[in-house]
Amino acid sequence: MKPAPFNYAKPSSVDEAISLLDGDATLLAGGQSLVATLNMRLSAPDLLVDINGLEELSGISVDGGTVRIGALTRHRELERSEVIAAQAPLIAEAVPLIAHPAIRNRGTVGGSIAFADPAAELPACLLALDGAVEIAGSGGRRKVGAGEFFRGLYDTALEDGELITAIEVPAAAGNQRFAVEEVARRHGDYGMAGVMASVTVNGETVEAARLVYIAAGGTPMLAEGAGAALAGNAIDEASIGAAQSALEGDLDPFDDMNSTAATKLHLARVMTERALKRIAGA
Amino acid sequence: MADSPVVTVHDRPNSYIGRSVPRPNVQRLLHGRGTFTDDIKLPRMVHAAYLRSPFAHADIKSINADAAKAAPGVAGVFTGKEIAELCEPWVGVLSHLEGMRSPPQYPMAIDRARWQGEPVVAVVAETRAQAEDAVELVEVDWAELPAACDMTAALDADAPVIHEEYGNNLCWERIVDEGDVDAAFDQAAVVVEDEFTFGRHTGVTLEPRAIISSWDPSEEQLTVYMSTQGPHMLQAIFAKHFGLEEHRVRVICKDVGGAFGIKVHTYGDEIATAALTMLLKRPVKFIPDRMESFTADIHARHHTIKARMAVAEDGKILAIDFDDLTGIGPYSMYPRSSGIEINQVLNLTGGPYTIENYRARGRVVFQNKPLMCQYRAVGHPIATAMQEALVDHAAQALGMDVVEIREKNLVPDDAYPTKSITGMPFDKLSHHAAKDKLLGMVDYAGLRADQEKARESGIYRGIGFACMIEVTSPSPMFYGVGGAPISAQDGVTLRLDAKGNLIVASGVTEQGQGAEAVLSQVAATAVGVTPDKIKIITGDTEITPYGGGTWASRGTGIAGEAAAQAGHALRDQVLEVAGIMLQSEPRKLDIRDNAVVDADTGNERISLAEVGRVVYYRADTLPKDYQSELIATRHHVPKKFPFAFTNGIHCSHVEVDVDTGVVKLLNYWVVEDCGTVINPLLVEEQVRGGVIQGIGGALYEECLYSDEGQLLNGNLADYLVPMAAEMPDIQVGHVTSPNSDSELGAKGAGEGGTGGAPAAILNAVNDALLPLGARLTVNPMTPERVLRALGKTE
Repeated sequence: MKPAPFNYAKPSSVDEAISLLDGDATLLAGGQSLVATLNMRLSAPDLLVDINGLEELSGISVDGGTVRIGALTRHRELERSEVIAAQAPLIAEAVPLIAHPAIRNRGTVGGSIAFADPAAELPACLLALDGAVEIAGSGGRRKVGAGEFFRGLYDTALEDGELITAIEVPAAAGNQRFAVEEVARRHGDYGMAGVMASVTVNGETVEAARLVYIAAGGTPMLAEGAGAALAGNAIDEASIGAAQSALEGDLDPFDDMNSTAATKLHLARVMTERALKRIAGA
Repeated sequence: MADSPVVTVHDRPNSYIGRSVPRPNVQRLLHGRGTFTDDIKLPRMVHAAYLRSPFAHADIKSINADAAKAAPGVAGVFTGKEIAELCEPWVGVLSHLEGMRSPPQYPMAIDRARWQGEPVVAVVAETRAQAEDAVELVEVDWAELPAACDMTAALDADAPVIHEEYGNNLCWERIVDEGDVDAAFDQAAVVVEDEFTFGRHTGVTLEPRAIISSWDPSEEQLTVYMSTQGPHMLQAIFAKHFGLEEHRVRVICKDVGGAFGIKVHTYGDEIATAALTMLLKRPVKFIPDRMESFTADIHARHHTIKARMAVAEDGKILAIDFDDLTGIGPYSMYPRSSGIEINQVLNLTGGPYTIENYRARGRVVFQNKPLMCQYRAVGHPIATAMQEALVDHAAQALGMDVVEIREKNLVPDDAYPTKSITGMPFDKLSHHAAKDKLLGMVDYAGLRADQEKARESGIYRGIGFACMIEVTSPSPMFYGVGGAPISAQDGVTLRLDAKGNLIVASGVTEQGQGAEAVLSQVAATAVGVTPDKIKIITGDTEITPYGGGTWASRGTGIAGEAAAQAGHALRDQVLEVAGIMLQSEPRKLDIRDNAVVDADTGNERISLAEVGRVVYYRADTLPKDYQSELIATRHHVPKKFPFAFTNGIHCSHVEVDVDTGVVKLLNYWVVEDCGTVINPLLVEEQVRGGVIQGIGGALYEECLYSDEGQLLNGNLADYLVPMAAEMPDIQVGHVTSPNSDSELGAKGAGEGGTGGAPAAILNAVNDALLPLGARLTVNPMTPERVLRALGKTE
C-alpha cells in the first residue's frame, strides 16, 4: 500500500497552482480521499499539486446575504464556526456526520465538493441550499450553480486545469427551516440514506422545499417531485405521505454492499418523514 | 498488600493473586517504546512484496519478470516454482479428524492460483515502495477458470472441482448420533426449526502479520522475527519444511499488536519470506498491508446450518438435530487444520444443558476463497448462537419465559464432574450460580416492564440471554494427538539474580492480553517478591522454555500453573540456603516483600539481595559440601481433562429501529466462571474485548464476495469493525469454580465474550421484533437484513 512514484509541487498562489495543472496533475488538498486512492494505486498521477497553505483559499465570510466558504476550509472549521451555525445551520448540522474528527481536521470543503461523492454530506448541502461553486482556471474565474455542478457519478462541471476556490450559499432567512436526517451503519460512515432538507415556509404553509438525498443516485439528488408535493401545503401526514410517494420518481438509487436500491428508497422515505416532522415541530 | 481483604484461597502475605495489578509492559507501550516487528531494522535488510492472484481460480500460463528484475532497487524476483525448490510443501490435516483430506500446499501458487490473493510472485527490493513498483511490472499470462466460490454450491455435481484427484470439493465430514433422536422428535410437544447463516469474517489485527527473516549461511542459522502467537510451533515448521535442525531456527517475537488466532498458522507469504532470505543471503522484511491482510489472513466463521430442537410440554429439551456446512477455501490450513471449527460446533452445541438425544452432521467444503481457520472463540459463537436461538424459539412456542426454560434445562451445579452428550468431560461448571448472579445484576422484571411500555410508543426493545461453555487450556487431545507440532505444555523458568530480582522466562507470548502481568503476579506470589522486582522474558525460542504459546485461552491456566510450581521450587531453594545462612530450619522461614522472614512473626531475617550476594559472590562462606541453586524450571500440561471448560451467561439489551433496521446496543452483562481469577481487571477487559469482537460478528463484520470470488470490501472503510461510538457498557461479574487440575485453579478467559455475544444479541433482536412477527437467523444482522425480516424491503 505504497503510492506509485509521483512528483510534488507546492505552489504559492492560486495562479501558480493553475499553471501546474497542465498535464497529468492532481490537486492535493486535505487528501482524505486522494491519499487512499494513491496508496491503493487506484490513481497514479505524475504530479501532485499541494495547495495546502494557500491562504487565499481558506476562511469563512459573509457578504450581504451570501456565505462564502474558501475551498481549503477544513470540515472542523465549519463545525466550530459561529458564522456557519447562525447563517448556514444546515451545514452546521451535517458536518458532525462527516467521518470522524481526525478526518474532519484534514478534509476540506473544496475537496469534498470536487470529489462529488453522492453519499457525501457537503455536496448535498450545497445543492439543498442552492449554492454555487467558484472555479478558477487558466481562462479566468467562473461561478457554477450547484444544480449544474454535479453532473454524474464523481463527475462535475470542473474542467481540466481548473480548481475550486470557494463555495457560496445564501445566508439562512427567518422563514427557512432546515433538517438533516441520515442513517449510517456506524457513526461516521457514509450514510446508507439521508436527506438534507431546506424548507421555506409562510406560517404553517410550505412555500418551497428543497430535499436533497445522499446515496440515492449518481449525484446528490434534489427531489423535485417531493418538493412539489409539499409546496402550498402544511407539513402533515398527507403531505409527508405525498412527498414520500414522489421519491420513487425523484431518486435513482443503486445497489451497493450495504443495501439494495429498494432498501435505500425505503430509508429515504423514513428520513423524509423524520426530517419533515422535525421541521414541522420546530 | 498484607492489609488487603481476602480475595482467593491463595491469599497469603505477599499475594498478588486476585488483584488488579498493573501490567508490567503498559508503561513501555504507552510511552511509544514498544518494539513491534516492523520497528526492527537489520543491516542490509530488503523488503518483499507479493504479486497476488487477481482471480479466484486461474491457470498461470507464463510469468515474465524481466522488467521487474531490472526495476530500480530490485534485489530479486522469484516465482512459486523457485520458492518450492527450497521448501517442502505441507498438508493441513490432523490425523484424529478421521477422513479429512487436503492436498500438499506450496508457499506460493505454481501453475494454478486457487483464491484471489494467493501469492504468485515475490519481489524483493531496497524499499517496500520499490518492491510494489516492480510488482506492477511483472507480467502474468492468466487463464481464468470457473470457480467454486459459493460454499453450498461447491458440493453440487456440476461445481468446478478444485482438486481434481478428489472428485469433489468435500474436505471432511463428521457425523454424531447419540441417543434416539427420531424417537425424541416423535414424542416432542414442540419442534422448532431454523436455518442459520453466519457470515465469513476475519480477525483484523491492529498490527498486521509481520516477519523479518535472516539467514546466516556461515552457521546455517535462520533467525525469524515475527509477530506470532506460537514461536516454538513456527520454529518447528520452519525447521521441518526447510530441512533444518530445530536449533538452527530461532523465532523471536517482540511486541504483538493483537492476534486473535490470526497469527498462529502457516502462511505461504511468510514461509516464502524465509526462502527469500536464503536465496538472497540478506534479511528480508515482509509486512502485509491492510488490503493484503484482507485476502491473505485467515477468514473464519462462515456456516449455514439447518437445525431443529425437540422440547417437551414442561420445557425440557429432548433433542437437538442439525446439519452444518462450512467453506474453508482451497486448502485446510496447516498445522491446525480447518476442521477444528466445525468439530467444535459439533462438540459444544447444547453443552450447557442436559440433553440425551443429539444428532449432527458437519461438512467442510473446499472453495475458491481465502483459507478459513481458527479465530478467537473457534466454533463457539456458531454453536452458542444456534443453540440459544433454538432455546428462545422453543420458549416462544411453549409460551414460556426465556429464563425459565434455561433454568429447567441447565446442567445442575451439583452434577459435576459430568460429560456432555458429545462426550466432553466437565470438571466443575456453575451455570445456575452464574445465572443467579447475572439476574442479580440485571433488573429483568424492570426491563420487561420497560419493554412493554416502550412498545406502546412504537419503540422496540429486546432482551436476549445466552448460556455457554468455553474450551480453554487444552491438553494434547486438541492438536498434538493429531500429529501437529503444537505443544500443549508450557514452561516457566525463574531465576533469582544477585540483587534479589526475579527473572521470569516463559514459552507463552504477550500479544496485548496481559500474559506477562499474570506470570508476574503468580511468580511474585509464589516466590515472595514484589512485582517491581520482576523482569519477564517471552517470545524467543532460544531463551524461553519450550511451550505452545498463546491460543485457546491457555496462557493463564497452563503457563500460570508452571509459574506457580517454578515459584515454589525457587522459594524452596532460597529458603534452603537462607536456612543455612541463618542457622534456621527452612520451614520456619518465609519470603515476603523481597526478604526472608520468620514465618511466625514476619520479622525480616535477611533480604533476598543479601541471599543473592552471598550465593553468587561469597559462596566461600557457605558449607563446602553444599551447592546452592537459585533457578528453577517447571512445566505444566493438563492431564485430568482434555479441556478446562469454563461457563458463562450473557444478557444483551437492544433497541431496534424498526424503520431503519439499525440495532442499538443499550446495555450488556456477562457473568463468567474462569476458575481462580488472577487479575480481575485483565479478565474483565478480556471479556469486554471479546464481547466487542462478538458484536462485530453479530452486527457488522462480513467479507463480501462477488459471484466470481472477488472480495468487495477489503478495506476498513467498507469492512466494518465495531467502533467505540456504538458499543454498550459491558458489566462483568464472576463466579469461581477452581480448576481441579492445577494448584492455581485458573482456567482461561480469553474467548467467552466472543463466543457468547452473537447469541445474546441475536436473541435480543428477535425478542424486540417478536410482536412484529419478524425473526432473524443470520449474522451479521445488518439494517437491510432486519428490514427484510420485517418485510419492509425486498
